[in-house]
Amino acid sequence: MRALTWHGKHDVRVDSVPDPEILNPRDAIIKITSTAICGSDLHLYDGYIPTMMAGDILGHEFMGEVVETGARSTLKKGQRVVVPFTIACGSCYHCGKHQYSGCENGLPADNQDIGQELYGQPMAGLFGYSHLTGGYAGGQAEYVRVPFSDVGPIVIPDGIEDEKVLFLSDILPTGWMAAENAEIEPGDIVAVWGCGPVGLFAVQSAFLMGAERVIAIDHFPRRLELARRFGAETINFEETDTAAALFEMTGGIGPDAVIDSVGLEAHGFFVDNVLDQIKKSTFLGTDRIHSIRQAILACRKGGRVSMPAVYGGFVDKFPLGALMEKGLTLKTGQTHVQHYMPALLNAIMEGKIDTTFLISHTLPLEQAPQGYKMFHDNQNEVTKVVLKPGMALAAE
Amino acid sequence: MADTMNRASKDDAPLSTANKESQAIDEATDGLIVQRGDKLVARAVTINRPRAELYAFWRDFSNLPPILDNVVRIDVLDRERSHWVVKAPAGGTVEWDSRITEDREGELIAWASEDGADIPNSGRIEFRDAGARGTVVVATINYAQPGGTIGRVISRIFQREPKMQAQRDLRRFKQLMETGEIATSSRTQQQLEEERN
Repeated sequence: MRALTWHGKHDVRVDSVPDPEILNPRDAIIKITSTAICGSDLHLYDGYIPTMMAGDILGHEFMGEVVETGARSTLKKGQRVVVPFTIACGSCYHCGKHQYSGCENGLPADNQDIGQELYGQPMAGLFGYSHLTGGYAGGQAEYVRVPFSDVGPIVIPDGIEDEKVLFLSDILPTGWMAAENAEIEPGDIVAVWGCGPVGLFAVQSAFLMGAERVIAIDHFPRRLELARRFGAETINFEETDTAAALFEMTGGIGPDAVIDSVGLEAHGFFVDNVLDQIKKSTFLGTDRIHSIRQAILACRKGGRVSMPAVYGGFVDKFPLGALMEKGLTLKTGQTHVQHYMPALLNAIMEGKIDTTFLISHTLPLEQAPQGYKMFHDNQNEVTKVVLKPGMALAAE
Repeated sequence: MADTMNRASKDDAPLSTANKESQAIDEATDGLIVQRGDKLVARAVTINRPRAELYAFWRDFSNLPPILDNVVRIDVLDRERSHWVVKAPAGGTVEWDSRITEDREGELIAWASEDGADIPNSGRIEFRDAGARGTVVVATINYAQPGGTIGRVISRIFQREPKMQAQRDLRRFKQLMETGEIATSSRTQQQLEEERN
């Protein structure tokens, strides 16, 4: 089959590799119809994530058609499914609590050591995101092997196009959980840092949960425009003193809830030395922590801080004093995708949530390397690239 | 008598977490396991299955090779005795006969190697009810680091990170019991075979 493979910094290629096979009874093989490049894929592209190996297949946002099933899979050939980016077993203590991203069986036994060392406990497995998260091949390919296919994938009814449901795999539930963690009450003012896909879905979700006003913060005009389309007020942090503006826009009280969807944008693990390297080479590490620091300082006393943004290691100058003195509640975590999928699929089918606005570019899988480059180089215009293995190449 | 989970002598922490290994071995060998060396590894894991089921799986030693890394095969000789063949570096193997020293249905199995073992070892696996969480499984293993050249070579596999190894084995046990399979990120049958050899 053809697959998008990683070979090094800014070097991804579409290669021919052996087709995946059923290896465990609960496996299924999915023929990919649509797959997206995630903002966190850019961190693999930029070479920031350790334990990548040449030839690794990327991609953790994907959907397709069931073509083969193991003896204990509950899927049937021909069904269309969206696959969650977290690999969870459905049978362990954490899955029982619907905390799927804490699944204890999603990672191969030998891959669990690093999480245990770094975080005290290993996390669930992830598709296409280095060997720290299991070394599972991703879905930017013609086919993918999906473990625990009786638990993860959600069956999509006929007649709903891929574009409407593809983002159930990651960014829609992530934005929804971000808003849920903000414990929004009717009449709340909510501030959202970062208008990437997760931030934009958090804006939509916050309104659906009863927020009266949402203030969206970014510096890309195109992304702020998308936030405004959903009813958000906007702050461009390159034009405006964000902290002062939030204070004034809320009459001195501050937002009731703040959502940081900037972070390091990565789903993976960062170890300290990698962070240090990033800080040194790009100023990113020190810069990006700025969003959570600013959010905590802006939040009203007794308010809620939700952090869908991914942080992997340790941070300096975290305003622990403000968190305590102001009596804030902080909630965070990798998304429990499996928990949110059914209700969000219903919301899409009822027309309450729109996801298609996000897609700016659709390319054949063969042109995935160009997709990575354009996404990397122009984040204002390129809001989401969807890859289609079956799509004909544009005329040369 | 000491208890692997609730050590009465100093505090309430399990034996495996003692800072002084020698003290933990003294307590463990005070009626819990037969002493076979000066190294102790112990780990606990929660498995969301009834303890009778976990005990029954473990009691049939022929079930164990897929979850125990480095074990080539286990021949069950009779109800009490089994013969273990374990991988050593450079394609070699080490072997020993093991005898069950204590066996309580649904609760615990203890064993010790017999004379002539390449690596003298003993151990104990306990299954404790954990209510809605299932069963807490506690494995305690005592072993001797052999001397001489072969000892140095063997110690490399056992000493590398014995606690890590025991934990990996328990994770595979948990995966097989809870999910019915052992997780792998291989993509093809060929990769899987290479990974498991």
